[in-house]
Amino acid sequence: MTAFKALWAKILGMPPLASSNGQDVDDLIIYMHWLMAILFIGWILYFGYAVWRFQKKRHPKADYHGVRNHASSYIEVSVALTELILLFVVAVPLWSKAVDKFPPFDQSTVVQVVAQQYAWNFRYPGPDGAFGKQDMRFVSNTNLFGIDPSDPKGNDDFQTLNDLRVPINKPVILFVSSKDVIHSLKIISMRVCQDAIPGLRIPVWFTPTQIGRYQINCAQLCGPSHSAMTGGYLTVLSQADYDKWLQSQVKVSPSSFE
Amino acid sequence: MIMDAHVEQFPPYRKHDAHAHDDHGHEHHDPGFWAKYVFSTDHKVIGIQYGITALSFLFFGLMLMLLMRWQIAHPYKPVPFFGHILELLFQHPGIPNPAAGGVISSDLYNSFGAMHGTIMVFLGIVPLAFAAFGNYVVPLMIGAPDMVFPRVNMASYQAYFLGGLVMFVSFFIPGGAAQAGWTSYSPLATSIPTHGQLFWIIGMILLISSSLLGAVNFIATIIQLRAPGMTWMRLPWFVWTQFITAFLLLLAFPPLEAAAVMQLMDNVAHTSFFLPTGLAVGGHLANVSGGGSPLLWQHLFWFLGHPEVYVLILPAMGIVCEIIANNTRKPIWGYKALVYSVLAIGFLSMIVWAHHMYMTGMGTIISTFFQLTTMIISIPSVIILTCLFLSLWGGSIRTNTPMLFALAFLPMFGIGGLTGLPLGFNVSDIHLHDTYYVIAHFHYVVAPGTIFGLFAGVYYWYPKMTGRKMNEFWGRIHFWCSLIFMNLVFMPMFSQGMAGMLRRMADGGANYSAAVNSRAGGDVIGGLSPFIMSLHTPILWAAVCLGIAQIPFIINFFWSISHGEKVGDNPWESTTLEWQTPTPPPHGNFDHSPHVYRGPYEYSVPGHSTDFTPQNEPEVSTPASPKIPTTAH
Amino acid sequence: MEIPYTVEARPDTGLYNAKVGIWLFLASEVMLFGGLFSAYVLLRVGAEPGTWPHGWQNIVLGTINTIVLALSAITTLMAWVACKVREFGKFKFFHACTLLLALTFLCIKFVEYSEHLNHYEIKLTDGRIADGDMVSNDPAQDHVVIKGRFDKTEMDLYDLRAQKEISETEITIPRSQIESMDNYGPWHNNYLALYYTLTGLHAMHILGGSIVIGYLWGPGRKLWKKDPERFTNRVEVSGLFWHFVDLVWIFLFPVLYLT
Ligand code: HEA
Ligand code: HEA
Ligand code: CUA
Ligand SMILES: [Cu+2]
Repeated sequence: MTAFKALWAKILGMPPLASSNGQDVDDLIIYMHWLMAILFIGWILYFGYAVWRFQKKRHPKADYHGVRNHASSYIEVSVALTELILLFVVAVPLWSKAVDKFPPFDQSTVVQVVAQQYAWNFRYPGPDGAFGKQDMRFVSNTNLFGIDPSDPKGNDDFQTLNDLRVPINKPVILFVSSKDVIHSLKIISMRVCQDAIPGLRIPVWFTPTQIGRYQINCAQLCGPSHSAMTGGYLTVLSQADYDKWLQSQVKVSPSSFE
Repeated sequence: MIMDAHVEQFPPYRKHDAHAHDDHGHEHHDPGFWAKYVFSTDHKVIGIQYGITALSFLFFGLMLMLLMRWQIAHPYKPVPFFGHILELLFQHPGIPNPAAGGVISSDLYNSFGAMHGTIMVFLGIVPLAFAAFGNYVVPLMIGAPDMVFPRVNMASYQAYFLGGLVMFVSFFIPGGAAQAGWTSYSPLATSIPTHGQLFWIIGMILLISSSLLGAVNFIATIIQLRAPGMTWMRLPWFVWTQFITAFLLLLAFPPLEAAAVMQLMDNVAHTSFFLPTGLAVGGHLANVSGGGSPLLWQHLFWFLGHPEVYVLILPAMGIVCEIIANNTRKPIWGYKALVYSVLAIGFLSMIVWAHHMYMTGMGTIISTFFQLTTMIISIPSVIILTCLFLSLWGGSIRTNTPMLFALAFLPMFGIGGLTGLPLGFNVSDIHLHDTYYVIAHFHYVVAPGTIFGLFAGVYYWYPKMTGRKMNEFWGRIHFWCSLIFMNLVFMPMFSQGMAGMLRRMADGGANYSAAVNSRAGGDVIGGLSPFIMSLHTPILWAAVCLGIAQIPFIINFFWSISHGEKVGDNPWESTTLEWQTPTPPPHGNFDHSPHVYRGPYEYSVPGHSTDFTPQNEPEVSTPASPKIPTTAH
Repeated sequence: MEIPYTVEARPDTGLYNAKVGIWLFLASEVMLFGGLFSAYVLLRVGAEPGTWPHGWQNIVLGTINTIVLALSAITTLMAWVACKVREFGKFKFFHACTLLLALTFLCIKFVEYSEHLNHYEIKLTDGRIADGDMVSNDPAQDHVVIKGRFDKTEMDLYDLRAQKEISETEITIPRSQIESMDNYGPWHNNYLALYYTLTGLHAMHILGGSIVIGYLWGPGRKLWKKDPERFTNRVEVSGLFWHFVDLVWIFLFPVLYLT
């Protein structure tokens, strides 16, 4: 079955998959295309035959009644049923898994993402694992992220530009927001996509399963350089490499925000 | 006695033809050129005005598309020949030329993209499918003398024309046309410093007003002016689709008008309806009060946006249905199911809008609701398609040009509709959202779908408008070339989208592809492969050929006005009322109200002398009575 | 063939054309204001707690305007009834009243707008906020004078329902102490944005309705002699529109003034 599905993923030309949650996405896409292929092939065969068979020269006198049976009703009902089954058995539970059943925060890598024209800012909680408080009311020209200066938890937070690093096989939770216009964070091989909307901070999660570097795409028109917003990368590291990187970051930039 | 009545009533229009003309001559004291063709209140003239204007805008949209496709295939390379024209057109003293050296800048590309979408949807298809065909055909089909409010009708066209003018002019102001996509999402739409968006909003307000006036008129006409005997279940299905379309426009457009007013306020009065607190542009806090909601715009936009797509498709389906009935020479299969389906679509399309917003962070309950409604609304579409498919069975199919386009509509809409399904599920949309898969999905429904339906309609009703047929040979050339090149343009886009190519890329994804494959050291997993990128070139050539394939149509269209084959009043031997008037129909359409005796698609009725029984032919007890004046060629 | 049912009702629908038209038009108007009201709900629910203004309107003027519109609804109805019983003099009288009432409404609206636009919130360099009506804002002078009060934070400005009796004094502020100054225009905050947009659109409807009624009252009355039935229909249709516009106000008033 897996091999079969992998074959279909190839036929459909799906890009490589590198997250465990992405399998659900691919599966649903594949099921949908089976349904579509069946309907399309069935109808197109019928269509081709009907157009050929009932040409005026082959069938000079039209039949007032045409089709007399009700096979079509069965087809319609079964299409409806298939769609409903896919919806309630596959799609809804998967979506609920994606948005309701977040992995526990203490066992995940939690990062805040703030998009801007045309780059990605990432904010890590630092060794204490907790972000400093943020509030839109603190936002000013010198504090675009609205960081509460009085919260000590924020002291070890650090920030990177366009560089998102996470350890492998551990859920990653991203809190996605934007500071100017709407962008959309899309990492194709992780099968995640989340609009970055100013004024909102929306979580998404995924679990990377393959070490490597991945492009972060901006999937929402965000201005003249939308197509050039290509600087952001996700780097999936082994836990050891990740820890090493984390240490180096803490030393280099203790929370400083301009 | 009864027989006398028949002779009196049928066929009355031919008999009084000569007088009819005179009568109207007295009434109107020969209205000069302006009153007759420019400020006319006659629904037929307005229909033709709409049609010509809309076709011109379609052509304009096509040209924009070609420029975009060039840019996608050859990013930032000078456009051959047209580049210089662009450079001249967009020259403004003191600001950089967006087409300097004939190269399309990314700003200009974004303008073209936004305006291609806007023009195609609001200035091309809606005016052609709804206003032009609706105006010309609906009153004739229901046996009415005109639209119910002729002067409102004229105002509607004028508002449309003005709106189109505003949109058109916006290309040539400094800074150019709107750049925020046809969806005009805030805050981007308000943060772009040029005035294009302002023109867009004002243009939209005019276009919306025009559609509202039109919608009121259509609905009132269909309710009030149906000829005696034209019961609801005897309406041609095309009239039903126009009826529901009008309701969609009437009820879904005003919220967008409200949104446009709010965006206008954001723009000129510096309110923050759609601008949240803490917005920073270019490293500085935006000088706005904040507290607004970008999602509010999206909700209001898509509350129109989704019904709008059914506005694009329903009239085309209606046209296809008429032509299939006429050219299979048999009744449509499942007329009632068609009527109920279109009603269901009308109602449901008001509650599916958020499937365009799956990626904005949606909870399970809301998302389940919208996925469910999206799946449910696909069922009436399946039923409509099934009815049209099954109508072919047992027919005696004449494959003339309108029929070819109508037949091709079916599988093309099928592909577009089916590919809507994976988009309709939140989970699969994660991967497909905002990729070329979406572009391919909706172009399959609007381009080889709707546009083919409209082409079919043009070829089909042309003889009624002019008394001549369009050339059949060139019609076929137009059909086959359009069919082939449409598919060559859009089919590869499914693969590109599936591979992760995003839409609205001013460079066709070249930057992303380069970033993945070389710039980052080539170690990046899963970028756009060279093969996917290389598809741009064949698509460009197919698009160019698609454009060239329209030339026979344009020439045929104008040439046939004076040189086409002359035909009688009912060249397709059709049953519906628009063919039972003189050609072209005089002012007032009918001498006196026709009486309708039967449903719209009584073809090949067993025992009848001809294979079509017009709706207004009286019931007769013996098959030998009144001979129908066939006006064969 | 002429267009039927322009005056008499179509038997199976029981309506003449214009009446169908106006009901459809009103349906779209419901959706238009519905869109704006839904914006109101969303923005109000989404506002930071405690920052939605209360008691910013002059309830006395608002109430007068409500009464004015209610009266105009009655006169509109009476004008139609007068046409129905073919008493043209009464029609003229009642619609004259309607027009005067509409004018009164617009004048009062104008007064309200100017009151708001003359109301300033001034942030001082020392962090305090001065809030009140502008008395003197002469650019030649190095100070401004407002009639109002000082507040510690912006939060104090939002809910004014309980603070009616607060004494207002004339305050003179040197321009050097002003950090920023902003009057109560639509840009000031979302509440005011909604207020201006909703009432502005509504006022435009009043204006449009007045023009139609004014036309019927003035040049359009020629039709009365020719075809009183048709004229009556026009009065009825414009009256329906007028009632709808009144109804919108019945929603606007509590939503913007009272809650
Ligand atoms: C005419 C226009 C039209 C029509 C009819 C449709 C029909 C449908 N659309 Fe589409 N859609 C658009 C125009 C249209 N759409 C546009 C313009 C956009 C993009 C807007 C933008 O972002 O810019 C869009 C985007 C869009 C999205 C958002 C994607 C995204 O941005 O991520 C979604 C998601 O649910 C969707 C779903 C659907 C569904 C389920 C249908 C269903 O109604 C389809 C039902 C039809 C069928 C199921 C086919 C049935 C036929 C058969 C069974 C017979 C088959 C036979 C043969 C093939 C021979 N559409
Ligand atoms: C009804 C709507 C409609 C129609 C018909 C079309 C038609 C076409 N569109 Fe368009 N398109 C949109 C609506 C439409 N489009 C929208 C809404 C968008 C999204 C915009 C956005 O991102 O904001 C879009 C975006 C879009 C893109 C993506 C741009 C991007 O994301 O960067 C592309 C790319 O290839 C494209 C291509 C085409 C092509 C090849 C056609 C072809 O099918 C064109 C074929 C045209 C004809 C066949 C015209 C025929 C008419 C005549 C020849 C007139 C004859 C005249 C007389 C007789 C007087 N379109
Ligand atoms: Cu950021 Cu597109
Ligand atoms: Cu939709």
